[in-house]
Amino acid sequence: MTKLCLDPNIDRPDDAYADLMAAHEGLSKPESDALNARLILVLANHIGDRDVLRQALEVARGAQPAE
Amino acid sequence: MNKIFETPLYPYSRSADQDAEAPVRHPVVIVGAGPVGLAAAIDLAQQGVAVVVLDDNDKVSFGSRAICFAKRPLEILDRLGCGQEVVEKGVVWNLGKVFFRDRRVYDFNLLPEEGHRRPAFINLQQYYFEDFLVARAKQLAAEGAPIELRGGSRVSSVEDRGTHVALTVETPEGEYALEADYLLACDGAGSPVRSMMGLDFVGRVFEDNFLIADVRMEAEFPTERWFWFDPPFNKGQSALLHKQPDGVWRIDLQLGWDIDKEREKRPENVIPRLKAMLGEDVAFELEWISIYTFQCRRMEKFRHGRVIFAGDSAHQVSPFGARGANSGVQDTDNLGWKLRLVLEGKAPDSLLDSYDDERILGADENIMNSTRSTEFITPKSEISRIFRDAVLDLAEHHAFARPMVNSGRLSVPAIYDGSPLNSPDALPGGPARSRPGAPCPDLPLAEGYLLDRLGDRFVLMTVDCDAPERLEIDGIPVTRLALSARDDETGALRDRYLGEASAACYLIRPDQHVAARWDSYDEAAVTAALHRAIGKGEKA
Repeated sequence: MTKLCLDPNIDRPDDAYADLMAAHEGLSKPESDALNARLILVLANHIGDRDVLRQALEVARGAQPAE
Repeated sequence: MNKIFETPLYPYSRSADQDAEAPVRHPVVIVGAGPVGLAAAIDLAQQGVAVVVLDDNDKVSFGSRAICFAKRPLEILDRLGCGQEVVEKGVVWNLGKVFFRDRRVYDFNLLPEEGHRRPAFINLQQYYFEDFLVARAKQLAAEGAPIELRGGSRVSSVEDRGTHVALTVETPEGEYALEADYLLACDGAGSPVRSMMGLDFVGRVFEDNFLIADVRMEAEFPTERWFWFDPPFNKGQSALLHKQPDGVWRIDLQLGWDIDKEREKRPENVIPRLKAMLGEDVAFELEWISIYTFQCRRMEKFRHGRVIFAGDSAHQVSPFGARGANSGVQDTDNLGWKLRLVLEGKAPDSLLDSYDDERILGADENIMNSTRSTEFITPKSEISRIFRDAVLDLAEHHAFARPMVNSGRLSVPAIYDGSPLNSPDALPGGPARSRPGAPCPDLPLAEGYLLDRLGDRFVLMTVDCDAPERLEIDGIPVTRLALSARDDETGALRDRYLGEASAACYLIRPDQHVAARWDSYDEAAVTAALHRAIGKGEKA
């Protein structure tokens, strides 16, 4: 099973974060919610592996890393 | 209005049973002459099991109701001797269009696989389906098969006495007592038999109402399935347009939960809705209007001693994906041969328990699929609507999102994985689709189709492998069907039954499901597999 990457993996994280904020710039709450949902679907499809997606869901729901 | 609704097909007439000194015992009594009860009756009578069908009505069901019949039930009807009539009358469709708000977001083509006798789906009003089944039942009766339809006969009490079931039947001329070795309750979602037996039926209610309108129109809509999410003419809700035979169109409009049903059903309220959808200048005539709500639920067990539930009486699903009548017909396909072997004393009564194992698996699959479609079509929370709309938005331009659009998934038959009747797969490299438990995929042969050569009995199907032409195991005949990859012009035999293997030997059940398969014939293995397939195997 492929393990979900939880180590820093994005080159220039400040830029990536800024891109995310910029995408939401000027959007209403419903528009932002819709954008987030589309983004999750696009990324989920890129990942493709349902095991990885399940691990990601666990982390998002607050799971702590196993020792 | 179609005359078919008014014609009594099996009017009440006095039966000799009513004048008998003591209650008459029948091997099988079926309650309910809908699609499921009729299919069960034909199946049993064709196999020589005497059957009496009781129904308080004497006509086909009113209104179109179930309108999509899937490939597997059509194949079952072929085995029952009336598939051709049903398919000829039905409308075959492959193309679907999906709309979101005011845009068409994508089209799909079912693109059915080549080399099957039957299409993926036909649309046909339930009343025609029932009419063909009644005609087939009458034809069998005329040929001397032991099948009787008793209209105007309402079952008012049911008691399982261990050795038999005792019934009371009410007729226009008073009531009489009747007995059955086994009783099949095919009496629908509101099953009176289930209530009389005090059995549970738990599940989930979906708080929504749908308006169904059957309209006759000579409009130039193509033979396609059109589905709208949140259309301008039905804001925030869904809509469906689907063609039926005779220029009748099924229109399905989601109305929401908090509505006045009586008011919504009045033509003066329905007609403006339809005009908004079809266009002001389209002339149409209303044939049938109904408002339905639905539930997804099933009984904990379908078999209760000598009373066995099939179809909606045992399980109910949302209409998305056409899994009601279709799964009910598949229930009867599973049950018929088992009941025959038990009544003939060739299989233990416990074989009937495998009906629960196999059809509960089928029902759970249907409930899961139709519940998922319902969640997508009628999102029940803000976030589920946000994701649903995101999928639809993306589907317009991106192929990846289209498989997530769920306006109802095609009903496909369950593969009975893990059934106690299956033997372990012993065909290395064999295709997964024909593994033990699977319904046999159809196949073009030099003459005709494979499925027409299977069914009603056990078959040993060999592909480039020697085996006896005929076996008899514990009084059960097994006939051989010899095929060869040398005659396989289309490659379908290799694709569907050989896979990586060069030879194969399949033991196929009377309901055309695979019981076991090997890479060569071995008498001891076939004998053990047959024992297992009739409930004489060791419990796994």
